[in-house]
Amino acid sequence: MDTFGLLAQGLLTALEPMNLLYALIGVTLGTAVGVLPGIGPALTVALLLPVTYKLDPAGSLIMFAGIYYGGMYGGSTTSILLNTPGESASIVTALEGNKMARAGRGGPALATAAIGSFVAGLIATIGLAFIAPTIVKMALSFGPAEYFALMILAFMTVSAAFGDSTLRGLTALFIGLGLGLIGIDLQTGQARLAFGIPDLLDGIEVTTLAVALFAIGEALSVAAGKSSSSTIQAVKGSVWMTREDWRRSWKPWLRGTAIGFPIGAMPAGGAEIGTFLSYSVEKQLAEKPEEFGHGAIEGVAGPEAANNASAAGTLVPLLTLGLPTTATAAIMLAGFQQFGLQPGPLLFATNPQLVWGLIASLLVANLMLLVLNLPLIGVWIKLLTIPTPWLYAGILTFATLGTIGANAAVSQVNVLGLFTLPVSFELGMLLAFGLLGYGLRRFGYPIAPVVVGLILGPMAEQQLRRALAISQGDLLILIGSPIAVILLLLAATAVLLPLYLRARGRGKVLAQLGASED
Amino acid sequence: MKQFVLASIIAGALALPAAAADYKIMAPAAPGGGWDQTARSMQTALQDEKISSSVQVNNVPGAGGTIGLAQFVNQANGDPTQLIVGGYVMVGAILTNASPVTLDQITPIARLTGEYEAIVVPAASDIKDMAGLVAKLKADPGAVSWGGGSAGGTDHIAAGLLAKAVGVDPTKINYIAFSGGGEALAAILGGQVTVGISGYGEFESQIKAGQLRIIGISSEAKVEAIDAPTFKESGVDVSIQNWRMVAAAPGLSADQKAAVLADVDKMVQSATWKKILADKGWANTYLAGDEFSAQLKKDTEATAAILKDIGLVK
Repeated sequence: MDTFGLLAQGLLTALEPMNLLYALIGVTLGTAVGVLPGIGPALTVALLLPVTYKLDPAGSLIMFAGIYYGGMYGGSTTSILLNTPGESASIVTALEGNKMARAGRGGPALATAAIGSFVAGLIATIGLAFIAPTIVKMALSFGPAEYFALMILAFMTVSAAFGDSTLRGLTALFIGLGLGLIGIDLQTGQARLAFGIPDLLDGIEVTTLAVALFAIGEALSVAAGKSSSSTIQAVKGSVWMTREDWRRSWKPWLRGTAIGFPIGAMPAGGAEIGTFLSYSVEKQLAEKPEEFGHGAIEGVAGPEAANNASAAGTLVPLLTLGLPTTATAAIMLAGFQQFGLQPGPLLFATNPQLVWGLIASLLVANLMLLVLNLPLIGVWIKLLTIPTPWLYAGILTFATLGTIGANAAVSQVNVLGLFTLPVSFELGMLLAFGLLGYGLRRFGYPIAPVVVGLILGPMAEQQLRRALAISQGDLLILIGSPIAVILLLLAATAVLLPLYLRARGRGKVLAQLGASED
Repeated sequence: MKQFVLASIIAGALALPAAAADYKIMAPAAPGGGWDQTARSMQTALQDEKISSSVQVNNVPGAGGTIGLAQFVNQANGDPTQLIVGGYVMVGAILTNASPVTLDQITPIARLTGEYEAIVVPAASDIKDMAGLVAKLKADPGAVSWGGGSAGGTDHIAAGLLAKAVGVDPTKINYIAFSGGGEALAAILGGQVTVGISGYGEFESQIKAGQLRIIGISSEAKVEAIDAPTFKESGVDVSIQNWRMVAAAPGLSADQKAAVLADVDKMVQSATWKKILADKGWANTYLAGDEFSAQLKKDTEATAAILKDIGLVK
């Protein structure tokens, strides 16, 4: 069957009432958490993961994708109105968007963000439908050596972009790498760093670490008084975009898509880099570059398109190679595995209905989001008025229940022979990592590299050892194919490019990217 | 009418305890895997055939089933209503994880299903049959990379047994462990490893599509539906089955054990169970009671020996 036929069939799957409902729940939740600063799609998907494991796989993955897209939309709202990016990918949006809002042009700013996101999401999803099958064909030529080169590229991009200081970013990454060593080693079957504790034999659960670092750490941080108060800017003047706004927006939308999609699809791209590149491209090409810094609509339109396009791009390596390139994708990968599905070259062959249903529901979700966002912007703002203690109390309850639900191993421990107490080892780890998350925040270390280290570390290790076992110890296998060499060169570029940009005086924006990342 | 309904409920309530025992089955793995599916299939068959009125399944995942096994031994002692599902992988996991509890501490009831190991090569490979593989292996064991599941698992053990049987040092085999079936399959299809070894079901569709060539199957005798010689037919004296079993709690009386055995036997003979096996493509390798206990002892000893030979257990 050709791609159109498969996509049409996928649309039929996506338009099943239950799947439409899952998509609606996903985009609604996604927009809500995107609006709420500090709660991102990664955390939301992590929290929902244990809750959904009894649901139908197609439905829950469709919902996760909806959350992902929704988060990209919702994040822009708080960036523009509150100068508080809900998502790291919306930080650049705040630079121009909030200036526009202060000048009473919040309406057009929100509109260009929403429509730009729609346009980018549409084009990028269609790109996903047509490019992904091509990449599937290439994926089989990826051996352990090529995968290892890919992991190196992922590490380099992550550490180059995720911290305001390289040292702090690397420190966080190494914490994750250390945690990744715990458990039974796949290649030898021997336990490492388990200290005789059976619960550690299977390693640290990624979802436990992510929920602890993101949710518990954030809640502790807020409780410790690290919260800031900000006021909502009223939307003044014309709510809709003028003819002039449209004229200045459509090219940035397309350029943002063109930048965001490939960078998102690059297994080590990520959304933030795309938005920053888009912002600097728009500034270079603008008719009135002097408006930048004072509310240039191009500076909202481009980055917003880029972050949505990269969200679709992220799904390309996830679906075709099984490689997570963002925290949300990483947790979606755990979602696939929870249902016994191994994303990779064979997913398209073994579960075509699921894959094409997912791609088609992204199109559906994208349209739903536009409908939700344009008229309901005022409603979403109200979520920000929930008192902080209530908000975080709810998050703590949900995180704890989710972890206990996912890991049923609750043992009865006899306390001094008097009474028995149910004890969950997993819950203990959740709290311990929560404290770690608070500590990292308190001292300005980025959180995401820890989770990335835990996920990518064991993968990189296994691929390196497989490659060397196959070559019987010959290191040349690591640079033995053009793909591996190209990937390693890209990795070198990923390290050098931020240094170059910093040298050109744009380090401030990069630093902000790192600092506000969560 | 009301009285009739009431009478029926009372009659039903009185009749149920006499007719059937309730069971709690532990699947020592995450939902979705083979052991979980076995436990849930037993639940369906026991309930639908009215052998038991209520069957609960609970999952305790981790470390090749040894975490669930430890919990079962500690909490189910002497309770005839509790069962645990397990399999051959547990035998190896107990040894490699140095598990404090072993299968000696539970009451084996029956082997239910099993799957045979298949050795495959990519269609383009120059290895045509078992003789070709053995020749390559003897020439340079390290040059033959085996792609299969986790180290110390059934796939690894089968590769070790094969090497030993043809006179190659099992510590010299170049075994590459992959975490999921799909991952190993991609590496085999892509020609990243020399041969693939795993349960026949993992490769079935690719063998049928002509992408993989099967060069041997680990069954004792030829399997009807599989177009491949057994290892033994090719002159390699190895047979291995990745079986799944059901066991009862430690400390049961002879009568209690007999009652559980009778219920399991009734389930295995039922139409519902046979239909489940056919639907899932599981081979019926039913072996009950003392015969199974004897086979389990033999498997455990053989596995301990080969894991020592491979060098995974000291």
